[in-house]
Amino acid sequence: MDWTRILTNVVGEIFAPATAAYALAAIGLNVHFGMTGLINMGQAGFMLMGAYGYAIATMNGWPVWMAVIAALTAAAVFAVILGIPTLSLRGDYLAIVTIAAAEIARLTVRSSSLTAVTGGNSGISGNDFKGSFQNACPLPDGSWSLGPFQYSNCLSNSWWLRIVAWSLVVIAIVLVWRWMRSPWGRVLKGIREDEDAVRSLGKNVYGYKMQALVLGGLFGALGGMIYVLPSAVQADALGRTLTFNVWTILLLGGAATVFGPLLGSILMWTVLMFIKSTLRDLPFDIVSSTQAEAFSWVLVGVTLMLLVIFRPQGILGDRKEVAIDAR
Amino acid sequence: MPADAHITPKERIAKDLAAVPRKPGAAKPDSIIVADNVTRRFGGMTAVDVHHLEIQRGAITALIGPNGAGKTTLFNLLTGFDKPNSGEWSFDGKEVSRMSAAKVARAGMVRTFQLTKALSRMTVLENMRLGATDQSGEGLLRSLVPPLWRTREAEITAQATELLERFKLDTKAADFAGSLSGGQRKLLEMARALMTKPTMVMLDEPMAGVNPALTQSLLGHIQDLRDEGMTVLFVEHDMHMVRHISDWVVVMAEGRVVAEGPPATIMQDEAVVDAYLGAHHETDLGDDSLLDDEVLVELEAEAEAEEHRTQEDA
Amino acid sequence: MQLTAPSSPTNPRPPTERRRRPGSSGPRRVWHASLATTLLALIGLLLASPAASAATNDPCTPDPQTACLIGTMRTAAGDPAVGVQLEVTGPDVSTTVTTGDDGRWTLAVTQAGDYTVTLDVATLPAGETLRDPSTTSRVVSVELGRQGGALFPLGTPQTGGTATATPSPGESTGGDTGADPTTSAPTGGGSNRVAQQFANGLVFGLLLALASVGLSLVYGTTGLSSFSHGEQVTLGAIMAYVFTQLVGLPLWLSAAIAIAIGGASGWLQDAGIWSPLRKRRVGTTQQMIVTIGLSMALQYLFQFLFGGGRLRIVTTSSSPVYIGPVVLSVQTLLSALIAIFVLGAVAYFLLFTRTGRATRAVSDNPALAAASGIGVERVIRTVWVGATALAALGGVLTGLYFQATTWNMGGTILLLMFAAVTLGGLGTAFGALAGSLVIGIVSEMASLVMPSDMRYAGALLILILVLLVRPQGILGRADRVG
Repeated sequence: MDWTRILTNVVGEIFAPATAAYALAAIGLNVHFGMTGLINMGQAGFMLMGAYGYAIATMNGWPVWMAVIAALTAAAVFAVILGIPTLSLRGDYLAIVTIAAAEIARLTVRSSSLTAVTGGNSGISGNDFKGSFQNACPLPDGSWSLGPFQYSNCLSNSWWLRIVAWSLVVIAIVLVWRWMRSPWGRVLKGIREDEDAVRSLGKNVYGYKMQALVLGGLFGALGGMIYVLPSAVQADALGRTLTFNVWTILLLGGAATVFGPLLGSILMWTVLMFIKSTLRDLPFDIVSSTQAEAFSWVLVGVTLMLLVIFRPQGILGDRKEVAIDAR
Repeated sequence: MPADAHITPKERIAKDLAAVPRKPGAAKPDSIIVADNVTRRFGGMTAVDVHHLEIQRGAITALIGPNGAGKTTLFNLLTGFDKPNSGEWSFDGKEVSRMSAAKVARAGMVRTFQLTKALSRMTVLENMRLGATDQSGEGLLRSLVPPLWRTREAEITAQATELLERFKLDTKAADFAGSLSGGQRKLLEMARALMTKPTMVMLDEPMAGVNPALTQSLLGHIQDLRDEGMTVLFVEHDMHMVRHISDWVVVMAEGRVVAEGPPATIMQDEAVVDAYLGAHHETDLGDDSLLDDEVLVELEAEAEAEEHRTQEDA
Repeated sequence: MQLTAPSSPTNPRPPTERRRRPGSSGPRRVWHASLATTLLALIGLLLASPAASAATNDPCTPDPQTACLIGTMRTAAGDPAVGVQLEVTGPDVSTTVTTGDDGRWTLAVTQAGDYTVTLDVATLPAGETLRDPSTTSRVVSVELGRQGGALFPLGTPQTGGTATATPSPGESTGGDTGADPTTSAPTGGGSNRVAQQFANGLVFGLLLALASVGLSLVYGTTGLSSFSHGEQVTLGAIMAYVFTQLVGLPLWLSAAIAIAIGGASGWLQDAGIWSPLRKRRVGTTQQMIVTIGLSMALQYLFQFLFGGGRLRIVTTSSSPVYIGPVVLSVQTLLSALIAIFVLGAVAYFLLFTRTGRATRAVSDNPALAAASGIGVERVIRTVWVGATALAALGGVLTGLYFQATTWNMGGTILLLMFAAVTLGGLGTAFGALAGSLVIGIVSEMASLVMPSDMRYAGALLILILVLLVRPQGILGRADRVG
């Protein structure tokens, strides 16, 4: 068993772009669930909007900043369409509708009838949309090593992507920190506790919920873009499992906390990497790499169950303040 | 008018209402709410069917009636928490029927709930601040720039502290609202409603589940509201309390307004006795619909629905 | 729904078990026995249906070094097209494959890339033509560890129809959906496509109803939206696969065992997880997220144990039956009959047996039911066992209908079940039945107007539209609000 390699893999996960992508998506879900109490089971749908929106816009020759705006617009429109029928309904309806909407989005973009636009089932290969982002890279060509971690400066899974991804995470955390401590955040918190009470005080609850849904969706879309930039866009990678992972991350770190999503993401991915690397290194090929992968998802599922039952406030949350609460 | 200078608001209102006929739907000298033909049906059952109702401005009006009389439903309709099948009403001269609950509240009619909706996982002070109006920091983008809303926040905090002191909750300001007793929650909810500076306060069973020690202070607070010029409409079962503080009483049964009058004499009204001693006691037995099992089942269903709903509200 | 606050009475079901009522067990036992016999007889018929001998080409399992090219050729009537030759050329291969007795062909390749699959039209069975005669070759790109399919639909030539290349991520890494179990749903070739799709939809709706009625009963009695119900469906199908293919038992016996295992899993789950959570007064949304975790754990456990490929419960094909303009296989027809019979039995149970009436009483008002002496916890346990057993039966039949099952089959149709339950009005069993039929028919008929790989999206869209206009579902009553 090669412990050095395992350790390197694990530490590499801490600042991997995917970890940042998940953290962003979980920050978005935190706005939905932690701050407002909305049970959004379709966060992957928002990520999908971001990923496809960005990739398709880029393939049509749009510059990076316009592609990002296109992606965010797609997610915002998705949120509004989703919110109109559901935000006045009971919480479990919202859960079912969001998961259904995310699924509709996935089935649509992977449909062979849209192959010309979305690449259908095979998706969009990385080289088709990464170019403009890589060209925007201010670093010199080549690659750079930090200890055992060597990545290209600008290409694919690069230092450039890491810098952008983690800058976005920092900005998102600062914004959420600001919002949580503002009168706006107070209204959301009130809605999370009892929306009728807030309504009786003259606040437009529907409007606030819509704002929260769109805002969290935008963070999700940013996460989606970062998620696909190191590799490729594939509809089936943006499905339900992704949503459930984001939920596990949020509940692990602690909903309604500022740093919960970040801590949850780092923790989940390092632990999973440790398990997968260790299983792969086991002698005699007891489990194949596919099985190691499946096993790690089994663990995520079990973790989610245990967390919700025994520690719904997660690591950072305050038991008195956190409730899994449907609105 | 110097002659009136020494009389209490209660006496003045009693004088104003003295000439009002004691019959359902009576016109008031200065009505803040005027409702016409308000109906609300659930399935085949008519929960509210009010032909005409006026509420006197500045007075404390009690809404009473047996279980399932449609009091809470009427309350929900007036405050925008439910939509009527038909009917119009105005508040303070403005047409407010079919307005959203939030808009009704912004128009100055603020309600409390039968089962208090204290926001348990927020502090008492935060609960109060949430009630305040005109806080531009409640906007998504402005909230990110504290200098834009800090001044107003300080004003709000001052207003909240003052109200908390008045309601004797100032020592609890930093506690989670969930840790308060039932009576304290009622007080908090009332204080929070006052943060919106309303012209009319609607209280749904303000005394339900309140520790007797707090009853007196709650009664005092409600009377203070009137003395400050606010209109109060409240639903209550406790006749002692109704007699003690209300200026006018509206009695509902089976969704209709069956009687109106001053509290001292209302309980002698035959319709009220009927309403309380059993809905169909001594009414015309020739009316077959009253003997119909279906009617009874529906009435039970409504009573149960109300019960069920209140459980869910908790 | 207020969930963690311990004082919250959202779930006001007292978990106390009342005394058992003296049951009218005599006639009921007879009735149960006759139900079981009829069911077994029907399943026996299913097995006895005329069948060609099993023969798949060398099976190919994708692994990190291997990719699989696969396809199934079916005649317009839905029978396997045997002996059709296809030429495959690509990075490291140039060969010809021939479809087997089941109409399938597979080819293992060791290099990722684009492969061209060309159909030799001359080898098609007599009288068969391509639905799109202009497309005799498809390019399939596969990655190692995945499978790619090339389909050439046969039938009456029509405009707009194209052969479809459907690379599906067989062993996707970290991805979501594995082999799409629905790609080879029997697209019948009846003379009237509308009637054919309607019939297919009806059958699919019936199978869906088996699962969604249980989902609805669980929701009705406990308030829980169980996201792991899809895995109960998969469990049934996979157990049927295990006992037919790995153990070698006959289908009817395997199906019976699968249903028993399904029911047992329901009992265990309720005893081990849900009942304790109800006792702890854990809210239903919290429980719902637990079911999501359970769903994920079970789904990937299936993948861990059985891999990401298609698992065929039976390797034989069933002969077609012509009903007017519609063609269904004998197997499908029998599945539908079994479903109708079982659903009828469930309806009888709910309407006319003591436990069934108790179940409906608990759905209506648990507090009142408990107060009138109904053992609410016992009813809920029964509902869990029944719901999971029904789901297992649904899984077996759906696995037969799709001609194979996969580790995520249940997950794929879970949302259709939710759509059905929501359409019918959450928590009403008969609504779930009606909703399932609507969803089944809509999703099959949707392929008349939209690409067939988006037909489930159409069904889900209807779910959202229904919520928009009638949140209480088709049959549900409006709640009193406020």
